[in-house]
Amino acid sequence: MAYNYEAFDVAVVGAGHAGCEAALACARLGLKTIMFTVSMDSVALMPCNPNIGGSSKGHLVREIDALGGEMGKVIDQTYIQSKMLNRSKGPAVHSLRAQADKQEYSHRMRRIVENTDNLTLKQAEVTEILTKDLENGRKEVIGVKIFTGGIYPCKAVILCTGVYLKARCICGEVSTYTGPNGLPAANHLTECLKNLGIELFRFKTGTPARIDGRTIDFSKLQEQKGDEQVIPFSFTNTSKEIEKEQVSCWLTYTNETTHEIIRNNISRSPLFSGDIKGTGPRYCPSIEDKVMRFADKERHQVFIEPEGNYTNEMYISGMSSSLPEDVQIRMYRSVPGLEHSHIVRNAYAIEYDCINPLQLKPTLEMKHIDGMFCSGQFNGSSGYEEAAAQGIMAGINAAMKLLDKKPLILDRSQAYIGVLIDDLVTKGTTEPYRMMTSRAEYRLLLRQDNADLRLSKLGYEVGLISKERYNKVLEKQTEIEKELERLKRTVLGSTKKVQEFLTSHESSELKTGTSLAELIRRPELDYESIAPLDEERMPLDERIIEQVTINLKYEGYIERQNRQVEQFKKMEGKRIPEQIDYQEIESLRLEAKQKLTKIRPISIGQASRISGVSPADISVLLVYLEQWKRRS
Amino acid sequence: MEMDTIAAIATAPGMAGISIIRVSGQKAIEIVDTIFKTKDGNSILSTMKSHTIRYGYIYDKDTIIDEVLVLYMAAPHSYTKEDVVEIDCHGGTLVTRKILETVIRHGASLAQPGEFTKRAFLNGRIDLSQAEAVMDLIYAKNEAARKNSLQQLRGSLLEKVRFLREMILRDTAYIEAALDDPEHMSFEGFSDCFLQHVKTELSQINELISTADDGRKIKEGLRTVILGKPNVGKSSLLNLLAGEERAIVTEIAGTTRDTIEEEIRLNGMTLLLMDTAGIRDTIDKVEQIGVERAKRAAKEADLILFMIDGSVEFDENDIQILTMLNQKEGSIPPVIILLNKTDLTQIVKEEAILGWIGMESSIPIISFSVRRQIGIKELETAIETLYLQGGVKEKEEIYLTNLRQKEAFEQARDSLYRVLKSIEIGMSEDFYSIDLMDAYEALGKITGESMDEDLINTIFREFCMGK
Repeated sequence: MAYNYEAFDVAVVGAGHAGCEAALACARLGLKTIMFTVSMDSVALMPCNPNIGGSSKGHLVREIDALGGEMGKVIDQTYIQSKMLNRSKGPAVHSLRAQADKQEYSHRMRRIVENTDNLTLKQAEVTEILTKDLENGRKEVIGVKIFTGGIYPCKAVILCTGVYLKARCICGEVSTYTGPNGLPAANHLTECLKNLGIELFRFKTGTPARIDGRTIDFSKLQEQKGDEQVIPFSFTNTSKEIEKEQVSCWLTYTNETTHEIIRNNISRSPLFSGDIKGTGPRYCPSIEDKVMRFADKERHQVFIEPEGNYTNEMYISGMSSSLPEDVQIRMYRSVPGLEHSHIVRNAYAIEYDCINPLQLKPTLEMKHIDGMFCSGQFNGSSGYEEAAAQGIMAGINAAMKLLDKKPLILDRSQAYIGVLIDDLVTKGTTEPYRMMTSRAEYRLLLRQDNADLRLSKLGYEVGLISKERYNKVLEKQTEIEKELERLKRTVLGSTKKVQEFLTSHESSELKTGTSLAELIRRPELDYESIAPLDEERMPLDERIIEQVTINLKYEGYIERQNRQVEQFKKMEGKRIPEQIDYQEIESLRLEAKQKLTKIRPISIGQASRISGVSPADISVLLVYLEQWKRRS
Repeated sequence: MEMDTIAAIATAPGMAGISIIRVSGQKAIEIVDTIFKTKDGNSILSTMKSHTIRYGYIYDKDTIIDEVLVLYMAAPHSYTKEDVVEIDCHGGTLVTRKILETVIRHGASLAQPGEFTKRAFLNGRIDLSQAEAVMDLIYAKNEAARKNSLQQLRGSLLEKVRFLREMILRDTAYIEAALDDPEHMSFEGFSDCFLQHVKTELSQINELISTADDGRKIKEGLRTVILGKPNVGKSSLLNLLAGEERAIVTEIAGTTRDTIEEEIRLNGMTLLLMDTAGIRDTIDKVEQIGVERAKRAAKEADLILFMIDGSVEFDENDIQILTMLNQKEGSIPPVIILLNKTDLTQIVKEEAILGWIGMESSIPIISFSVRRQIGIKELETAIETLYLQGGVKEKEEIYLTNLRQKEAFEQARDSLYRVLKSIEIGMSEDFYSIDLMDAYEALGKITGESMDEDLINTIFREFCMGK
């Protein structure tokens, strides 16, 4: 029976990685917040891979941390192995990745959300978002209703339903209508969303089997160790603080036998039989997909990764599948080292409902429903980090709205988070969207090492970063600038000492006076190596030296990107009034009219990124906006 | 973008006493100053006062291009309300173009269609009431330019650019895939291949740039279509034009459609005979004739040669085509009617043709006999006349498309040089991508293709990614 429960400012639906960051942001900004989950045991669950970070995802975690989010801190406490990927490449693509103790991660995040002021948790399935009608077809959120009939009045809702909406797990010919790990699916909300006029997609993803570690022959596998010096995700931690004994991952390969088993049973794969209708992510194909699409590859890598310190379960990375159980057993056992392996949990595919993200504003608020914010896999993305990144942004923007403050929209030149959200709401997606460094056109500026310098100010202004923490960032900034200035100012003459030093480092001798900065720029030298020539040098924190080095070594490239960003900002700065009627602009091409009407970009910059809007359309739009401005 | 300094020829194309090149934007003075010198060889524009005129020469390096007057209108007292410099030079296509190109080489970009007017409006120079007209103009001019560049992008050039783009995209995708998934992919052995690829790309682009200078007119010729019913003598005309000393220069299998094109030099002009497959291959196929083909020709050709058999009555096809030619709109390229088989008894008279196309029609009608080789001289003269009078579609639009293409090729080239530079100074692979994608985008301007999700799509198509 319907009855009114307590009123809240914000209701967060779902307690995964998006939900937790969203709820924490709202509660910490002083809003009375409730977070619903179908199971209290699934708070911050990692139902798929046991790692956080990786290429471009590591960037997202750093950015979440710089804005005052929690993910980085939690993984720093609960990692069991850590690696900086691409260390031999440029600083823009260095990516931090950690193996997590999944249970620990989930527990630790649960402890944090449970002990945050203003935040209440509730185990319940939300079945309805309650709205009232506003003028011209718009609606406004007034509450949520749960399965028991309880109504929670609220001013904003943040939907983070992950893969739970009408979830179906498929393993060969068998399927169950559950969420991951047999958790209950959320079966009722979809109907309500449809009635609210929201366009839904059906996406699919999958996960490999978990195998009992005792049944693996590790002597046949190559050991993969973590880095000796661990670098934390959170800017609030130091390497020393989080050092610990690390576990290893293991590498093996599929072989022709594996592939043959797959090929012989391909007709029983629901992916190929047509049983699965949802769109899967291309970056995370199942092993049957890999074998069929890349037929000439003789073998595929398989990483065996521990799921935690207190379990024998091992995650078989690279072999996600939805083949039937009997095929899975043979398939996994054909891999060297897994001959006698015992599967603890089967691999499966999962289908779920999510929205077309083109319906969202860059604040992640639904365009036609005031107070409905959306984030995570519900928006068509994939990955824990992508979810958490949207979670904190949806949380911040819901809070900004209720507090009557300016929204926080990160643009593509400020953060990977900006790229992620702009891609989703401007270009949309036809598969679970994953972050990649190649999506960030200004990636030389958006490095994981400078996320604090880029975003702490915003985190502080919003209210999620303390004054004390922000001041430290400002100090760091000042020290970097001072050191850069000093290095550029300090000029060395061609003294005997200098020339001898250079010769011994296979660097050409000086002809005229040269600054220390110039020397650091030389490929064969760096900040550390020129220490003997730098007599005034004071000891500096490693993180400052890192920034100084990057700034000098890549100065030309960075400057070039800065110039591009200037141009970009000009276009982003040209705002488009919300009321604009594109049908009225006759000189726009038809396709442009339709796309612009659907997406309703907030700026000329955003408009120019919509596929189907040409530079000529943008010119016409500029003229129209000018006309609009002069009229009003 | 908005603040770029832009340049274009402001006067109408064709022969005239003087022409004006207009340069607008912050760097207008700076750019023109680098190529303008007084009689005494001094650069003086940096101190020039607004709304004054200077007399001197425009130089291309050390060579004088023309004797000119330079006018300077400082912002906001100019058409665009930006700094505007106008160069008044001697009329004549070649000189004007040369000056424009020199200005562009020194840092201006070629103005987009309608861009001066757009800026004038955005900067408040044009009245609000004109907004609609300004938008219409931008729309119309861009549509025309787009159509024109698509039309010109045929056959070999399109193929070459696409090939280059594909090559660049694949390498970038490799780099990005390996960076994204360093545990699955390595760069082992990549760098040697890659360096070779960049060098190949550069040499091809450089070649395209050097040939772009010749313009399509010389390189590809006037796109010419021969129309007429079966057995009217198209095939014989083709052989006549292509044969003897006027040898076939190339025989290209068209890429956009399954056609054969033949290049023919006629009295110093180049004709590119289109769609000759339909003419040559008439034995066991019903020949493509009639209005449909004529309509297509009207869209794509610079010149139509319409053959009528003088020895038999008009048939339905003749009449339909003649009716189409009677249209007064400018949608049809210049036509020359060849009244063939004058060596036989004539049934069709010139008056009958005029009856269909209109008495005042300016379409030349030439009495012709392929068999006796009568009328070739007249045909040559007719084409030449059309050409020189500017009746043939070539000229300004084509020139501008060429110039835009060249600009894009140069951008691509510069980006690729930057890649070479990055390799040389030992930068890691991730630094290449930025410039590679710039080159890819620049080449896309030529084919009218944007980047969209090309890179991501290629990464997933070519490489087995993921966990």
